[in-house]
Amino acid sequence: MTRAVAALGRPVLAALAAFGRVAIYAAQTLAALVRPPFYGREFLAALVHIGWLSLPVVGLTAIFTGGALALQIYAGGQRFNAEAVVPQIVAIGMVRELGPVLVGLMIAARVTSSIAAEIATMKVTEQIDALVTLSTNPMKYLTLPRVLAGTLTVPMLVAVGDIIGIMGGFLVATGQLGFNKAAYIQNTLDFLESADVVSSLIKGAVFGFIATLMGCYHGMQSGRGAMGVGRATKSSVAGASIMILAANFLLTSVMFGS
Amino acid sequence: MIELSHVTKSFGSNHVLRGVDLVVPKGQSMVVIGGSGTGKSVLLKCILGLVRPDSGTITLDGQDVAQAEREAFLARFGMLFQGGALFDSLRVWENVAFRLLRGPLRRPKTEAREIAIEKLRRVGLKPETADLFPAELSGGMQKRVGLARAIAAAPEIIFFDEPTTGLDPIMAGVINDLIREIVTEMGATAITITHDMTSVRAIADRVAMLHGGVIQWTGPVAELDATPDPYVQQFIHGRAEGPIAAVR
Repeated sequence: MTRAVAALGRPVLAALAAFGRVAIYAAQTLAALVRPPFYGREFLAALVHIGWLSLPVVGLTAIFTGGALALQIYAGGQRFNAEAVVPQIVAIGMVRELGPVLVGLMIAARVTSSIAAEIATMKVTEQIDALVTLSTNPMKYLTLPRVLAGTLTVPMLVAVGDIIGIMGGFLVATGQLGFNKAAYIQNTLDFLESADVVSSLIKGAVFGFIATLMGCYHGMQSGRGAMGVGRATKSSVAGASIMILAANFLLTSVMFGS
Repeated sequence: MIELSHVTKSFGSNHVLRGVDLVVPKGQSMVVIGGSGTGKSVLLKCILGLVRPDSGTITLDGQDVAQAEREAFLARFGMLFQGGALFDSLRVWENVAFRLLRGPLRRPKTEAREIAIEKLRRVGLKPETADLFPAELSGGMQKRVGLARAIAAAPEIIFFDEPTTGLDPIMAGVINDLIREIVTEMGATAITITHDMTSVRAIADRVAMLHGGVIQWTGPVAELDATPDPYVQQFIHGRAEGPIAAVR
């Protein structure tokens, strides 16, 4: 019995310890924000890498999801003569849930993995040690610019994803399902509230923070060799994805739970 | 002067340093020899604060390095890493001038570039190399760039971690000569870690042998061959038989 409890408790304690380490790392990152120096060039490079270069993947994900959503809502709605709600449900579904979550997960796949692999390789090849010997704090030079860029650009990507996703639904609904174009747009605009958009952007900021922080954290914690880099990359994407989904549930509960 | 006193460091059950005592006089070139995995790199990293010793003290000019103001302390050092540790995303000149482009030693970009090109020339690289990325360079060129970066801000103390590992004998000789020349002309204090005996004879004023987590022997390079210390004799002659186990 004791062994069974110990076997159950060990992974729970390990998970809590890991969560604690991430929380401390997050606090150190935020503390670095208020202390000079600030590496502007690295921040701009991170903005381009995380924001601009993620646009194609975000756009493609959103447009196909919006289109599929329109088809599903139409097919489901037909069962009880509610197919007319396609514009409203596509809009609310994309803006409140699918837009932020899908963008967050795509950022975890594209950006978190790339940050983790890059920083882990830097650690394995002693570039992190070299930074320190060159009087440069890796937290300020590598982590802060990426986390700040992620927190600022992912909400914008979510906004773009929301718009493109709604457009995907619009194209399918008007091109394939016979909806009137003007009525579709009017229904979408009438139904969406500013709170929906704000919630979407807040989720985007939180998911951007999580995705970039997990990439940096696991990169910095990487073990030696190619296996260490691979493990850091895998852990960062898995950790970021789970945390994004958990954070999404928490944020939805707080913002729409009542 | 760098002074290590009873420095210990363990990683789990692996006791790497078991009480290292070592004095490196100012302006001298100390070479630390020892087999692979004996803790030579850990020793350097302890001095730099990259690894925190479990016990013991390390002082630089009498001041405990653990108490020193980090940025000012590190500004006194330059380091050549074993694999070069060049930043892949930066051009060669930006690597060399890294310290001159940010922080308290910051210079205007054009001036930093000029200094970088001058340092590249000093290590035998053409100015055209400046705009290449590290991945476009051979191993020997990367080592030279690493050396140029280590000396770019004219540090008082320079560490060389396995400077000739992975290089052919001719390139290794070139790097050894460069290190000796640069250390002499800058009047810097140097610590080199290596297991390459050619490097030892080319670079060292004094030699220390690290084995079993302690300094087994230390003395002037001229006394290296004559010392009766069995560890040193086995190591410098590359014998399988002796007090150092061949299988570790």
